[in-house]
Amino acid sequence: MNLLLAAEAVAVPTVFNYVWLIPAVMAASFLFILFFSKRLSIKPHLVGVPAVVGSFLFALVIAFSWIGYNGDVNEAQAGPISCAGGEVAVGGSNHDTEAAAEGEGEGEGGGESGHGEQRFSPCPVVNDVTWFQNGGPASEGGSDITVGTLVDGQSVLLLVVVTFISGLVHVYSTDYVAGDRRYTHYFAFLSLFTASMLFMVLSSSTLQLIVGWELVGVCSFALIGHWWEEKPNSDAALKAFLTNRVGDIGLLVGMIILYFGAGKTFDIVAINEAAISGAISKNTLLVAGLFLMAAVMSKSGQFILHTWLPDAMAGPTPVSALIHAATMVVAGIYLIGRLYAVFFIGFGISGGTLNAMALIGGITTVGAGALAFVQDDIKKVLAYSTVSQLGYMVLALGVGAYTAAFFHLFTHAIFKAALFLGAGSVSHACHHSFDMKKDMGGLRKFMPKTFWTFVIASGALAGIPPLAGFWSKDEILVGAGAFPGTGGNGTYWVPFIFGMIAAGMTAGYMVRVIWLTFFGEYRGHETPHESGPLITTPLIILAFGAVFAGLFNIPEGFPVLGSRIGEKFIRWVEPSGISSFPTIGHAKPSVALALLATIIGLATGLLVWTYYSKLYAKDKLATEVTGGLRDKNRLARAGHKLLVEKYYLDHLYTGVIAGGTKGPVARAAYWFNQNVLDGIINAAGTGSTIIGRFVYRFIDQGAIDGAVNASGFGAESSGEVLRKVQSGKIRQYATLMFAAAALLAAVFIVAV
Amino acid sequence: MFLNQFLFFAAILFSIGVYGVLTRKNGVLVLMSIELILNAVNINLVAFGALHQDISGQVFVLFVIAVAAAEVGVGLAIVLLIFRNRRSINVAEADLLKG
Repeated sequence: MNLLLAAEAVAVPTVFNYVWLIPAVMAASFLFILFFSKRLSIKPHLVGVPAVVGSFLFALVIAFSWIGYNGDVNEAQAGPISCAGGEVAVGGSNHDTEAAAEGEGEGEGGGESGHGEQRFSPCPVVNDVTWFQNGGPASEGGSDITVGTLVDGQSVLLLVVVTFISGLVHVYSTDYVAGDRRYTHYFAFLSLFTASMLFMVLSSSTLQLIVGWELVGVCSFALIGHWWEEKPNSDAALKAFLTNRVGDIGLLVGMIILYFGAGKTFDIVAINEAAISGAISKNTLLVAGLFLMAAVMSKSGQFILHTWLPDAMAGPTPVSALIHAATMVVAGIYLIGRLYAVFFIGFGISGGTLNAMALIGGITTVGAGALAFVQDDIKKVLAYSTVSQLGYMVLALGVGAYTAAFFHLFTHAIFKAALFLGAGSVSHACHHSFDMKKDMGGLRKFMPKTFWTFVIASGALAGIPPLAGFWSKDEILVGAGAFPGTGGNGTYWVPFIFGMIAAGMTAGYMVRVIWLTFFGEYRGHETPHESGPLITTPLIILAFGAVFAGLFNIPEGFPVLGSRIGEKFIRWVEPSGISSFPTIGHAKPSVALALLATIIGLATGLLVWTYYSKLYAKDKLATEVTGGLRDKNRLARAGHKLLVEKYYLDHLYTGVIAGGTKGPVARAAYWFNQNVLDGIINAAGTGSTIIGRFVYRFIDQGAIDGAVNASGFGAESSGEVLRKVQSGKIRQYATLMFAAAALLAAVFIVAV
Repeated sequence: MFLNQFLFFAAILFSIGVYGVLTRKNGVLVLMSIELILNAVNINLVAFGALHQDISGQVFVLFVIAVAAAEVGVGLAIVLLIFRNRRSINVAEADLLKG
């Protein structure tokens, strides 16, 4: 209890109480743009851009407050603390003992991090408003339904990332979408998306998280289908929406299991505590975790529900950069991190055996990486690359490398946004085509700014030191714990191998993209031109980010920089020593592994480069070898066909599953309609006709009409009698009046 | 005995007024008869006021006189309009409201 008091000695910065303003401002911007900007003839970007810039600045204020608060608590703290109030004290102490036992059992848990001393984070700062009580207040056995904000390292990180990328995309869009037929609509939805994403990021309860999750899904749907007049675009929007629906069922079921498992609460902190304290059984956690994984697979594009993400490239490019690369698709990663205790314990991540999450992530990262090699559409290559990198993050979370996953989320958001915006800039120059083979090539001479930013971002993605991706990717590979001397949560060989293969692939397909787009001869028509400053400035800013973002979390042992600025993410983002976050082990960084991964990447890149430069030497306009391995070897041809057809997953979904069920279901529905439904309807029809006739003849004609006629006749005849009384003669009235008065007087006298 | 004389007088006056209202055809005479009725009431009020040594009877009479003046004003205006429209002030003929 003393420890608890010590923690409370550090005052929570009041600015955290106002963090709800960030999504509120964006929501207000959405409403204003939608309802007033046309009427008041205010340009929608003049509302959206200031709103998002304001949000970004406020997010920075929150971030700095959090960093300060985090440090203060860490210094004041002496031991682990319970986060969910007094009543969980039992659970909290349970956790303490268990954590201690776990630490001993592992022998390489907290001590492995190299700090020697345990670090203590503050509890998440929660501000809730109860808007509904189901079955009375929580103290009387009901459950409070709340909406509120939860501020901790993870939500602060996402706040900054979302507002930063959204701000740049807003600016970029003012040029890119200029003159569009639904310019206002576009900016309105951009604001709504940002608001929804921030709402989800700040959610303090699982219910609120679901609401935010669905809201971003709707915005994604609306923006993919922004140019819905063309059939493929509206199809892509529908596909994204429906595929996500599959995962949403998992999300709902998983959340409901956790609601009952944790004792009827939607509170995220309470659910995590219950998971750690053992109040929810391990099997329940596993089942809930598997259902939630379905949601992660659909939203974050994991195999086998990833197929919507490449199709989502039908939307405007800035939207792809914001929603389908940097922010919305990481909602799944965010969800895992938010309920990390559930997954960590449910999947037994600390155990070191292969689990579903790491496996799905591993398959995704390699499978999507391979697909990226055969795409001709520059945005689709980037989309598969996004799927691959999201697989990396899921893999990292699956092996317990929580910080590495979120570090990669952070760096990936920056350089992938740069790549997408760069692709948009290229297509802007090439008459809105995205086909690398037909309309691009040799663009480095025409658009140097786009070229250099694209190359830097590609280098970051491929993990070339010292760019951002190198540090985050390396950390994930280290976190797998399989490389000799790294440790971590266990020895995950399979995810590690998948990760290494994907690291090589990434460099390969990015070199392919760069070569096809920027080198060789220009294959399109007319002369391309560099884009305007509104497009290139965000690119340059993001390229700077792609260079320097990695410095936030470089290993402590790294010469010079390491001890000065390293491991900020472990300090700021990763919760430690609190009852709502599991005790995770940290792997030891390894120079050999970093070298190996870099060499593999460079080697693949070089291989691809040689392939294309040889091709160029033969034929200046060629984009692929004729009469090569693919034409000679049947196996290679089959492999290529498999990749071009995207593993036949789309055929599986539309042809086999949808087509296979569509026919029989339609026939069954027709039979049911003809025989059962029509029978019921006919019987109902005949019955109601008979009843109708009866009612008409007896009740309507007899009773009701009779009554109406009688009352009419009565009124008429009584009027005929009474009208004689009204003679119009004043004297007659007066006579009657006086007579009546005399009569009343007589009665009065007699009676009294 | 003192009060009875006033009451008898007022009753006779009232009856004459009622008779006038009921029998006269001339609109102006009907109005005059109504004045008689009102004055009969006034006499009663003053008589009872004197009996009870209470000033409010007389005060009330003043109100009645004021209202009667207004009533005659309106009444004569109506009669005047009837005369203009029909060239006659015979109230027996004015029976437009007959049902």
